[in-house]
Amino acid sequence: MASPILGAAGGRAAAPSSSGAVQPLLGCRVRAGFPSPADDHLDVELDLHAHVVRRPASTYFVRAEGDSMLGDGIHDGDLLVVDRSLEPRPGRVVIIAVDGEPTVKRLARRGDALVLEASNPRYAPIPLAGRECHVWGVVTHVLHALPGAAP
Amino acid sequence: MIALVDSNNFYVSCERVFDPGLEGRAVGVLSNNDGCVVARSAELKTLGVAMGMPAHQISPALRRRMTLLSSNYALYGDMSRRVNRILGEFSPEIEAYSIDESFVGLDGHEPDDLEAWGHRVRGRVLRDTGIPTCVGLAPTRVLAKTANRVAKSRPELGGVCRLAADAPETRRVLEALPVHALWGVARRSAERLALQDIHTAWQLRQADPKQIRRTFSVVMERLVWELRGRPAIALDDVTEPRQRIMVSRSFGRLTGEQAELQAAIRQYGARAAEKLRRQGSRACAVLVFVRSDPHRLGERQYRNSQVVALPGPSDDTRELIAAAQRGLAAIFLDGVRYQKCGVMLLDLVDAERHQLSLLQAGHGPERRRGEALMATLDRLNARMGRDTVRFGVPGEHAAWPLRCEHRTARYTTRWNELMRVKVR
Repeated sequence: MASPILGAAGGRAAAPSSSGAVQPLLGCRVRAGFPSPADDHLDVELDLHAHVVRRPASTYFVRAEGDSMLGDGIHDGDLLVVDRSLEPRPGRVVIIAVDGEPTVKRLARRGDALVLEASNPRYAPIPLAGRECHVWGVVTHVLHALPGAAP
Repeated sequence: MIALVDSNNFYVSCERVFDPGLEGRAVGVLSNNDGCVVARSAELKTLGVAMGMPAHQISPALRRRMTLLSSNYALYGDMSRRVNRILGEFSPEIEAYSIDESFVGLDGHEPDDLEAWGHRVRGRVLRDTGIPTCVGLAPTRVLAKTANRVAKSRPELGGVCRLAADAPETRRVLEALPVHALWGVARRSAERLALQDIHTAWQLRQADPKQIRRTFSVVMERLVWELRGRPAIALDDVTEPRQRIMVSRSFGRLTGEQAELQAAIRQYGARAAEKLRRQGSRACAVLVFVRSDPHRLGERQYRNSQVVALPGPSDDTRELIAAAQRGLAAIFLDGVRYQKCGVMLLDLVDAERHQLSLLQAGHGPERRRGEALMATLDRLNARMGRDTVRFGVPGEHAAWPLRCEHRTARYTTRWNELMRVKVR
């Protein structure tokens, strides 16, 4: 049945998403013969978009290419949700242009220095000192399609 | 107080957000069907490429030094919407003046805090969208527009400039500003002002408003008041010739009826098309916007806009209205009571100059019939009064094949065209 808590999280601001489509996550409704305490929430469809997009104006979707962040569940071809309004703090996975080329890595502090860490042991950390860096946004979610199941 | 927030080289900036490799390069955006240059990066301006220049007139040698892109109106429209949504978090009073400029009402703000406010807005738009903007602050729209111009031309200001009505700095700026560069002054008016020995914005400010009204128009008189710091101009009073045409109006009462909005869009579209033909231009795209009344607390608030690209630069009322109606259909939301809607014609190109590629695109005889029809329509309405002949139904819209060989991906509106980021 529809959870009031998730229902509340799905309540959206007046403007529809720019992409337009709002997909219900679960289509089932309660068909009970008695008044349900969840009645007030029955008409709210769970909206996955609203769940992962906190600020529509600053949120972008991008496609990942490569396997250096496998440890964070980012596979080749995955969809990343990126919020540009979040601060690039150590520990966060960021899209960052190093010398003009955007890449996805985890920002980390090593002693006094900031480095970009891959979460696949095959890749060495990238020290940021002395390089031109430009943060594009902070990755908040990964959408990974399972083989054979996704359209 | 009013702020004008204006994006820098908007189309090029949109492209650079998703392709940082374009940073520092000479980049131009072409009108649909790759006809004329409609947007230029600073580097492209330096190469001497003029606004509206037909692409085929650029020599191959020069072309190798630049990147020319087809217009990507889906991207520009979405980025424009994002910028306005962010501005909406700073003030309920936003008037989109074009795809890349918005006036923001600042009633009730502490005067001492205004520059800081401007820097905050600028920083937020840059962070959230990657689009650089400049902010002009002043008591009137005309002065805000002028302040924005100053902000753009003086990097040391950090993108924010405030002009007070009577400050010595304002006087210096207006004295250095030729009157034809002033917002709302057409070239021909400037020539007539010159005959009255009015050459600068400051001289216009010092002119006698009544005299100006007699010799010119009410709008010109209002310009004088605005230059003196007294608000006198509503947004719809002023449209800059050549660059864009906008027709919008507030409804007498709020309405939630889609049919009423459709009728309004039809009327505004027809009026805009008339203006377009009168100045001998064609539009490459149509922007439609709708909004609720931001001052009605308790009402459901909504604002949105949509850009629709035309099959080729057009001045045909039927095509413009059909595009506008498609835009409206995309953003109309049931259950909202609307206070205002409008139509903007974007990226105007010279009708004469564009003739060649239109014929190439195979519009030949049908295009000439359309032109004859539009000319007849304008004559009838001019002679017998406005709206003697009107459009009752939106025209048929076929799926036009757009030529857009150099269009970048629609990064924000198509799932299969998202930006790709290396995870290596």
